[in-house]
Amino acid sequence: MHFFFEVLLGGLLAGIMYSLVALGFVLIYKASGVFNFAQGAMVFFAALTFVSLLERGVNIFLAMLITLVAMVLIGIATERVVLRPLINQPQITLFMATIGLTFFLEGFAQLLFGSQPHGLELCNRTEEPRSCIRDEPMTWFSELTGGINISQFDVFSAFVAAALVTALALFFQKTRIGRALRAVADDHQAALAVGIPLQHIWAIVWGVAGFVALVAGMLWGARNGVQFALTFLALKALPVLLIGGFESVPGAILGGLIIGATEKLAEVYLGPYFAGGGIENWFPYVFALVFLLFRPQGLFGEKIIERV
Amino acid sequence: MLYREAGQFRSSYAEDQQIFPIRQDRIAVAAMLVIAFLVVPFVANQYWLSALLTPFLIFSLAALGLNILTGYAGQLSLGTAAFMAVGAFMTYNFELRVPGMPILVSFALAGVCAAAVGIVFGLPSLRIKGFYLAVATLACQFFVLWALQRFGWFSNYSASGVITAQKIVILGYTFESTESKYLLTLAVVAVMALAAKNLMRTGTGRAFMAVRDMDVAAEVIGIPIMKTKLLAFAISSFYCGVAGALHAYTYLGTVEPEAYSLDLSFRILFMIILGGVGSILGSFLGAAFITLLPIFLSLLSGAFSHLTGIEVSHAILSNLEAMVFGALIVFFLIVEPHGLARLWQIGKEKLRLWPFPH
Repeated sequence: MHFFFEVLLGGLLAGIMYSLVALGFVLIYKASGVFNFAQGAMVFFAALTFVSLLERGVNIFLAMLITLVAMVLIGIATERVVLRPLINQPQITLFMATIGLTFFLEGFAQLLFGSQPHGLELCNRTEEPRSCIRDEPMTWFSELTGGINISQFDVFSAFVAAALVTALALFFQKTRIGRALRAVADDHQAALAVGIPLQHIWAIVWGVAGFVALVAGMLWGARNGVQFALTFLALKALPVLLIGGFESVPGAILGGLIIGATEKLAEVYLGPYFAGGGIENWFPYVFALVFLLFRPQGLFGEKIIERV
Repeated sequence: MLYREAGQFRSSYAEDQQIFPIRQDRIAVAAMLVIAFLVVPFVANQYWLSALLTPFLIFSLAALGLNILTGYAGQLSLGTAAFMAVGAFMTYNFELRVPGMPILVSFALAGVCAAAVGIVFGLPSLRIKGFYLAVATLACQFFVLWALQRFGWFSNYSASGVITAQKIVILGYTFESTESKYLLTLAVVAVMALAAKNLMRTGTGRAFMAVRDMDVAAEVIGIPIMKTKLLAFAISSFYCGVAGALHAYTYLGTVEPEAYSLDLSFRILFMIILGGVGSILGSFLGAAFITLLPIFLSLLSGAFSHLTGIEVSHAILSNLEAMVFGALIVFFLIVEPHGLARLWQIGKEKLRLWPFPH
């Protein structure tokens, strides 16, 4: 039973990491109806920029700030160069454009900073003495529960994710810009008619998505190293979206938790029956598919109504 | 002047409905086939045949398969490479396990296996569409590669999952030279492309397009949605499966499951975006473009380093290539969403009137 809980907790915490990436997708989808396939590439780009700055001896907070500025610039440029000329095109065209953007960003990031993998440690300063958040089990927790090991790092990222979601929820619900965002998401044309500047709003959304990508990139990078495989990890956010629904922030979180937990449990308990495991790679997708057969719009997605 | 159908009157329905109703088109297609079959093998050198023309034909076939599904039936798929992998590995197994199996029959049966996989992973398309479906096809991509790597049976228990294609023998003749492999590929691709062109004129093809344009409306006018969508998946996967078999047997010779990664799926998707979504010709143009672009870029970088003396490393080149691919996709989607095929169409319109502007 201990083992079960350890796997479950590990899965849930890993799921939060997926949620972080999924959150970026949801933000952009909510505000512009674009399924931004490039979110994974943005995570990779942010992580690579951040780690390269750190390796050049830049202070961690300054590095975060510079990366954030870079991500916002990319967001604005994307809006200007890719999205604005494609207004009123079918959604699938926009989706394919973001696949193009993915290739561009991946190539650009590696052209700037090289393609070798980097290690990343989240520490408060570059010289000793310093304190870092590492992927180590928390001793007090395992003593308390009688041997359930959870990584200190996973708990940290869970808190970061919680803080991020709260901040985003407040931003969406309470601020003027947040209201404008929701208006744009409801109806582009009506929003324009009441005087909401569509293009500014999109630039802001892409900037916020860039920020989420930075956070996800830092956490994923610190966990698995900053390397090209990061872009594939981001694909794991897709089944999360299928389960949670494309338009829902809580859906992204809950979907992440479900995917994380089922993935780990399936790997441990079903894996041995499937040619020696490794089913983590496809299980979330198939699980999401089966789920969709029963609820095509996901858990919190908007009901699809079709008229002819 | 060059392209004028004036005076070509059609006096029966059969004439009106032929594949190439305009005489110039018929002549052009016949001339292309004659050149491809009779002239190219004697003119082109080994490098051209093995590194350019054969892969171009194979990718054209795969792009054609994807175009049937995405361009004609409107179901976006990101799992093309997985269907190719099924084709390649099943051909290997048919050849290995059934003594005296004719290779063309193996190709066809492998295509049927790919079609079966396509139907299974096409099932979700009955309930979901758009992005949801695109993500669903990713499941196929990951599942198939995982199965090919994990179950030793597929690769006859070779250590790293690598298969080596058997010799291609048809009626006692062994296809070993580059020229003969090229001709075999060309023959298969030509027959299948013609079949696809024909298919799009039939009721089935029209049903695909009706489903693409609006599936609810198609259902209302009495098109069986389930049958049509699954048929699109099956035919598309069949094409991709045969393309995969050719990829392994006439192009690479030795393949591993990793060769059919998500990256290849994207490349084929790019081919149809650049070439033209919903166009047979577009599949060929897009495949030619994507096959030639890396070669063009490396020539360009060679010229660049020759002129300036700065060596462009391989890593930089491959990153630049990714950037150019990405930028081109966005550029084409903005400027000409119907791709190179549409440009060709515009060119034809102009030629019809030339030398007059109107």
